[in-house]
Amino acid sequence: MDYILSIVILACINMIAVLGLSIFTGFTGLFSLGHAAFVGVGAYTSAILTYYYSVPFPLALAAGAAAAGAVSLVIGIPTLRAKLRSDYFAIAILGFGEALRVILENLEITNGARGLPGIDSFTTLPVVLLCLAAGVLVARNFLRSRWGVACIAIREDPIAAEMAGVRLFQTRLLSLVVSAVYCGLSGGLLAHFLSFIQPVMFTLLQSTQLLAAVIAGGMGSITGPLIASFVFIALPEALRVAQMWRLVAYGLLLVLIMVYRPQGLMGYSELSSLWRRKVPEPGRRQP
Amino acid sequence: MFLQTLITGLSIGGIYALMAVGYSLVFSVLNFSNFAHGAVIMLGAYVGLALATKLNFGFGLVLAGSVAGAGIIAVLNEKLAYSSLRRRKAPSLYLMISAMGCAVFLENLVYATIGSRFYAFPEFFGRQVVTIFGSSVSLLDVGAFIFALIAILGLHLFINRTRTGTAIRAGVCDMTMCSLMGVDLNRLIAIVFLLAGAFAGVAGVFLGIKYLVYPTMGWVTNKAYIAAVIGGLGSLPGALAGGLILGVVETFVSTYISSVLRDVFSFTLLIAFLVWRPNGLMGIDSEEKV
Repeated sequence: MDYILSIVILACINMIAVLGLSIFTGFTGLFSLGHAAFVGVGAYTSAILTYYYSVPFPLALAAGAAAAGAVSLVIGIPTLRAKLRSDYFAIAILGFGEALRVILENLEITNGARGLPGIDSFTTLPVVLLCLAAGVLVARNFLRSRWGVACIAIREDPIAAEMAGVRLFQTRLLSLVVSAVYCGLSGGLLAHFLSFIQPVMFTLLQSTQLLAAVIAGGMGSITGPLIASFVFIALPEALRVAQMWRLVAYGLLLVLIMVYRPQGLMGYSELSSLWRRKVPEPGRRQP
Repeated sequence: MFLQTLITGLSIGGIYALMAVGYSLVFSVLNFSNFAHGAVIMLGAYVGLALATKLNFGFGLVLAGSVAGAGIIAVLNEKLAYSSLRRRKAPSLYLMISAMGCAVFLENLVYATIGSRFYAFPEFFGRQVVTIFGSSVSLLDVGAFIFALIAILGLHLFINRTRTGTAIRAGVCDMTMCSLMGVDLNRLIAIVFLLAGAFAGVAGVFLGIKYLVYPTMGWVTNKAYIAAVIGGLGSLPGALAGGLILGVVETFVSTYISSVLRDVFSFTLLIAFLVWRPNGLMGIDSEEKV
């Protein structure tokens, strides 16, 4: 039972990070290969706060999320202002994530590459579920707000959106910060669940896994990526497939999705719309 | 000390340049970053390793085998993972994600089948050392540098002097027009990937000899990517210049400042170039078009 519980908790923690990336990638249309670094910043900030300074857990979680948001500004301001081509941006943030990891590996306070052991395990199922529910609610409201609609407009056509008065830089930056805050929260929960963190847990591979969940779940959908990330975490654990083959399958899945179903599992629709009226697909440009 | 550092930097830069050329070739034609290039380099190194240890081939045959193997793998990679996207004219990000998937797939396939052990090539060059201007350099470093220069020069001549090369340059300018002029695009792109794969094979063998062969060795191509960006994506002379500059600068940073900060420095350089000079030193225009 404990085993199943821990899988569920792990999957929910992952879902929070995927939710964040979904706002940035699925709804704003920018790809990131570096969001695992934000998870790492959140994890380390909150873990250091509870470990060295015995800050209360909720406060440390909030601080971790805030730190991730602040760090995202460092990369977001120059790259988003420069209006990089979308694939250049993905690579810039990849480089940023890797650089951040190297820094984590060489700081005194993070205990370097050996990792930080013995973090108190405060993360329980109710805490995770509460965070996830709050996260979904906030994401839903954000996407229905002015800013969220602006994000979606940018995804559909940045130039048309700009002409209609959407401020590209500010909106994209906001979306990046929001997504980084989600990742930071997920990191804080992760650190206090595993009670051990190590820089190697936040590499390009993890960023790819997050992105894979968003793409497999479907761009422009909240529920799709959540389902995908749950399946990605829970299914291999349940089937007890070796860790390596899981990653082989991730890679294959990414290629197959791009080749056969680039819109993903639930592209541009939500779970709820399956039994409600059929939502027409937003006007996607024909290739 | 200064000269020693410079020469070491140049030899590493030569290998970076070999890798960057493959990246740049694909980028210039298909306009996306081929993340699977690192995996092809890794597989090339494994092919070379198998030939060297199982069949006891000499260095020349190992290199040839690895070039052929990596070339074929690169072409297959294109046919299976990119060609249908390309025909559909999918956004370049889809190609990039597909490439990312290929990299993860191939790397972990090697993990799961061959294992994570580190393998060493047999010593082709021994520990021979040559002396240049009073500083000693290993023969391998000099060989890698000279070979990289010759190979890139050869590619440059091929692209500028042959019929196929002209077709590739035409494709870089305008794919559709190029195909209207009677160029078989599928064949052209297969040739581009074959060339990129061949360079990946060379880079893989040199990397494998200099360091070791292991499943994640392909991630060194992050550096090749930085080199390609510095030089200007899509430009061959740029890839060479970028590779050499990055190799030298990195070696100087790790010698005189801190070896730990080397990677942080390289990635900062990447971001700085992307932000302030996304076309690199010699790149082609890459504004996102309306």
